[in-house]
Amino acid sequence: MQIMYFAWVRERIGLPREEIETQAATVAELVTELRAREDRYDVAFSDLSALRVALDQELADFDAPLAGVREVAFFPPMTGG
Amino acid sequence: MDVRVQEAPFDFAAEADRFAAARTDLGAIVTFTGVVRDLPDDPLQVMEIEHYPGMTEKAITAIATEAQDRWSLGDVLVIHRHGRLHPGDRIMMVATAARHRADAFAAAEFLMDYLKSRAPFWKKEISDGGAGWVAAKDEDEAALDRW
Repeated sequence: MQIMYFAWVRERIGLPREEIETQAATVAELVTELRAREDRYDVAFSDLSALRVALDQELADFDAPLAGVREVAFFPPMTGG
Repeated sequence: MDVRVQEAPFDFAAEADRFAAARTDLGAIVTFTGVVRDLPDDPLQVMEIEHYPGMTEKAITAIATEAQDRWSLGDVLVIHRHGRLHPGDRIMMVATAARHRADAFAAAEFLMDYLKSRAPFWKKEISDGGAGWVAAKDEDEAALDRW
């Protein structure tokens, strides 16, 4: 599964994307797995209310299932316009 | 519908002219352009706009399609830049064309509200005082409720 990070999430984790193997059933489970890896992940995901997630380039919720998903992106609330 | 996500600058006047000239049956054209604003107490050097290639184009197209479903529009144009911009640079523009102005104004406001909070762009301001990501505002999220 391809994981992507944008804006300050990318800066805190220190990379824009990575390929990972996971058995996580939901986004929330994936976040728990990532947080357990290293401090930089734990810090980046410490406040989920400050984060948004997209599954295959569509906004989703943290309790959304990951079955069939190829690309997960984490980022702060968007500031376009 | 014309949606463009690009690093290069765009010519607002030329784009507005071309957009307006394309449809002579439409009496109302509304255009909006957003400009990089300087910081009052800490002069801005650069605004870096990051985006999510692929999702950005899809999200803007979905927003523009929604606008076309809600209002009677002849055409919609959205141009949004990314990369390094400077104070005074134009970040983005929207244009809407309709038979009557109420539809064109409402659709342009809708597009702007949704582009702010639902199109995957992130702005970073770099000044002498340091660098920081622009935080989303509660009022920007609240602005979506009126639609």
